[in-house]
Amino acid sequence: MSSASTGTDEDFGVPDDRPGGPNDRRAAAKWRDARVVEVAHPAVDAVVLRLAVPERVQHHPGQHYVVRLRAPDGYTAQRSYSVASSPADDLVELFVERIDDGEVSTYLADVVEPGDDLEVRGPIGRWFVWSGYTRAVAIGGGSGVAPLVGMLRHAHDVDRTDRLRLAVSATTRDRLPYAGELEAAGAHIALTRAPGDPHAGRLDAAAIAALVDPGATVYLCGSARFTGAMETLLVDVGQPAGTIRVERFGPTG
Amino acid sequence: MIVATTRGFLGRRRERDPRLPPGQYDVGAGWPVLTAEATPRVDADTWTVTVDGLVDTPTTWTLRELRLLTPSVYAGDIHCVTTWSKLDTNFSGISFDTLLDAVGVQDEAKFVVERSTTGYTTNLPLDDVRGGKAWVVWEHEGRPLPREHGGPVRMIVPHLYFWKSAKWIERITLLDHDEPGFWEVNGYHERGDPWREQRFDGD
Repeated sequence: MSSASTGTDEDFGVPDDRPGGPNDRRAAAKWRDARVVEVAHPAVDAVVLRLAVPERVQHHPGQHYVVRLRAPDGYTAQRSYSVASSPADDLVELFVERIDDGEVSTYLADVVEPGDDLEVRGPIGRWFVWSGYTRAVAIGGGSGVAPLVGMLRHAHDVDRTDRLRLAVSATTRDRLPYAGELEAAGAHIALTRAPGDPHAGRLDAAAIAALVDPGATVYLCGSARFTGAMETLLVDVGQPAGTIRVERFGPTG
Repeated sequence: MIVATTRGFLGRRRERDPRLPPGQYDVGAGWPVLTAEATPRVDADTWTVTVDGLVDTPTTWTLRELRLLTPSVYAGDIHCVTTWSKLDTNFSGISFDTLLDAVGVQDEAKFVVERSTTGYTTNLPLDDVRGGKAWVVWEHEGRPLPREHGGPVRMIVPHLYFWKSAKWIERITLLDHDEPGFWEVNGYHERGDPWREQRFDGD
């Protein structure tokens, strides 16, 4: 981390500190009301929200938004969700995994309808971001693929799909968000509990070895267990630890 | 222009625990792992920590040497900026005051930068890590601190969001000026007081 990836503006390729530009952090931190435009339920345990964000600050692929819910008595609950849309998209797309006892995710999955307003702030985070101008290896597990899908869509938009290599894993195809889109993009897909499926398998040492690229930045996103296992494999097969950026999804409800 | 209430949202916890800062929830017995970089393997036998910068006697300690100093326990709560809090937990090690006393703080020192073996850094005012506010710890709830949580040895500064508590601590440098650390240059707040909800730049 200290040498290969500095987290400075150079990483973004196109520094842009103008108001409303991707590095306008103060504007990004402001709470605003987003209008829910589309709601989709791609799986029983997931909801995709597409939001119109007023005075929106353009995000970098990999960044997240915070959603805050407010009860009549003023009680609030907030959670962070990765952006799955490309910066060029008119809307901000958030992928939300529904956690059974999750206070926020159950509300977002079960209650929210188009036309609702949601308090949001973002985009947040300047570390787990990809500009599209550098070589990237993106590895995701389960709902951890969401920010990587944002990267993929951006790669399409800027015609840089050659710079992004994707490997994703889930238990079954139903549990792999954006499975069709990832498949069409040629991502390495490993389904760990799908016997008979053409993508049955694991992201094992051989699969990871095929991805190693010391000159690339690795974006690794998923549960603590998944990212921990992938980190070990990556370093073992020769990917420098300093090139690995990690976004761990904790058990947030 | 901010919505008065979110349609149909009642929230779950009507009896809010007064130990929870605003916007935080109780993670219970769990302890999420949040780190931006690959988890390093740090050998407890060869690990050292150095306190340097604006001090009279820059000093390096091994873990064996730290264990000979006056022990100190933090028992209480910790708060992560990603909105989880872990209540009523404890860490054992030494008070950071013990190391400051050993090196001798110079008058000009006003800030510190914590540095991990990974290169991770975080900055704090000196007053946030002295006077019984910060610890260097190697045990959590009576067991060796797990690697993914910063083991063998990490800092804890529990009155601030936990990104101010560097894992795999390697060096603490005292400065006369503030030097924003890793998350501080990546969009997060300079100080990170959970009771003021200082999460992101601009809060």
